[in-house]
Amino acid sequence: MAITLSGDQSIPAPPLSQRLTPAQVWGIVLLAPYLLVFLAFVVYPVCYGLWLARAPSNYVALYNDPIFARAAVNTLIFLVIGINIKMLIALFLSGFFAMQRTWIKWLSVIFILPWAVPSIPTILSVRFMLNPEWGVINHLIFSFTGDDGPNWLNDPTVALSMAIGVHIWKSLPFWTLILITGRLAISHDLFEAAEVDGASWWQKFRFITWPSMQTLYVTCTLLSMIWTLGDFNSVYLLTGGGPADLTHVLSTLGIRYLRLDQLSLAMASIVCAMPFVLPLVYFMMKRLSR
Amino acid sequence: MKLPSLRDVATEARLLLIGIPVFLWTMIPIYHMFLFAISPKEDAFSGKLWPDHPTLHNFEIVFKQQHYFLRDFYVQFWNSTLIAAAVGALTLFIATAAAFSISRLKVPGGRMVLNLALFTYFIPAAFLAVPMYRTMGNYGLLNNHWALILAMVTIASPYAIWVLKQASDKLPVELDEAAVMDGATTLQIFRLVYLPLMMPSLVAIGTYAVLLAWNEYLYAFLLLSNDREITLPVALGNFLAADDSPWELLMTTGFIYALPPAAVYYAFRRYMVGGLTAGAVKS
Repeated sequence: MAITLSGDQSIPAPPLSQRLTPAQVWGIVLLAPYLLVFLAFVVYPVCYGLWLARAPSNYVALYNDPIFARAAVNTLIFLVIGINIKMLIALFLSGFFAMQRTWIKWLSVIFILPWAVPSIPTILSVRFMLNPEWGVINHLIFSFTGDDGPNWLNDPTVALSMAIGVHIWKSLPFWTLILITGRLAISHDLFEAAEVDGASWWQKFRFITWPSMQTLYVTCTLLSMIWTLGDFNSVYLLTGGGPADLTHVLSTLGIRYLRLDQLSLAMASIVCAMPFVLPLVYFMMKRLSR
Repeated sequence: MKLPSLRDVATEARLLLIGIPVFLWTMIPIYHMFLFAISPKEDAFSGKLWPDHPTLHNFEIVFKQQHYFLRDFYVQFWNSTLIAAAVGALTLFIATAAAFSISRLKVPGGRMVLNLALFTYFIPAAFLAVPMYRTMGNYGLLNNHWALILAMVTIASPYAIWVLKQASDKLPVELDEAAVMDGATTLQIFRLVYLPLMMPSLVAIGTYAVLLAWNEYLYAFLLLSNDREITLPVALGNFLAADDSPWELLMTTGFIYALPPAAVYYAFRRYMVGGLTAGAVKS
């Protein structure tokens, strides 16, 4: 297995077939299925899509479509506000779940549910809870105050906030889980020493927890950004992009164009996100392949 | 038994102040779904927190397919099952072979393939869906289960390869060397040495791929449209198209649909948490 090719540069290399050991031939054979999938379902679609989106007229059309501008702003709000709220709560809850209590262990088992169960029934359940006439939330508001509650999904700002809420509900458990792993990796001795020195809760966080988790936290935030850009369900299943197409984000907008049979516009809207996505991808790949 | 001090009680109370909202936040949408499933139509729409007359009638309607929207319930359930199983099996096959090749056989260019896979892992799923839809059309696969299976394998494999490669690297290289000494061929090493040692990671990845495919909505909704070809989530989405959607049946079907992944998750929880979080983000 461990036959390496020593590199004596003065001798011309033998043909490829002789340079490869049988193990390496097997290596190529075993790698082939993935390469085929990658070529057929990543490289070809991406190149074909870029080719479809090549005409500058697509970008002019996008620029002139007010829905596109709105979707871009919504995406930014989703990313900046939604992700930071989510990651801060996850950081906070990771401390809570790292506590040694039986009831907290049980709660953590339940807490995973939103991540484990499919989006569609749970998001539709939230959608019905927010229904202005029959939803349980407005029923409760009515029984306590005697007033009708707001029409939750009819105001674009409120509807977008609700979509962010749904996104947090769905993905919070995963990130909390990752951050718990990070917290448990911190040596317990540090906390004990701090305890002896009489450090406060905040000092322990500020000087021990945060420095050891900072890198993990930043990586998680960036990865979460990429995945949030690909989150179609939270918006589509809750608001369908409405009211009046004002709550679209780039992922639902792309699919909207696709459904309207405007494939080049769909691709162009995605290409517009690339200057933002590619640096993130580059950074993540550098971090992970270190 | 030692009596808890006042300070312990105060700490516990503060923790409960976090725990109770967390519990409510997590459970309310799921409970609401369950509530609809066991409520007769009148109760479901009245905003009650517990129905006056809880009933299993909705489940009976779903299981007997006694509604227009549900006439293909079993076919759709079967489609979901079949597709999830196929995605799990294919992903495992492709990713295990690739991880073995890259990590153990040190195939030339393996590092590059891993980077390409990582790149796919970082393409937002909804973005890839747009060109993928058209590609499946070009391949003549639209409305065919293979379209969804191959799309989900494409999405699941990069992460699977990544996690399996990390796990493979941890196996001592001496094992392979000893096997070679004993005259084992590459395939024998793969089958007799590698696969048994990788079992825990394989279970985690298999579960991951099955759950991913079972829970998928967007790709299923784009790639399949015929009533007898679609999976359960697409059927649930189609409920919404009607003006007078039977919400109590929608929630009942949704509840039934959500049970298998929850059960699978809890059955394999130990494997999943260890295997997946380790690969997700390397700190």
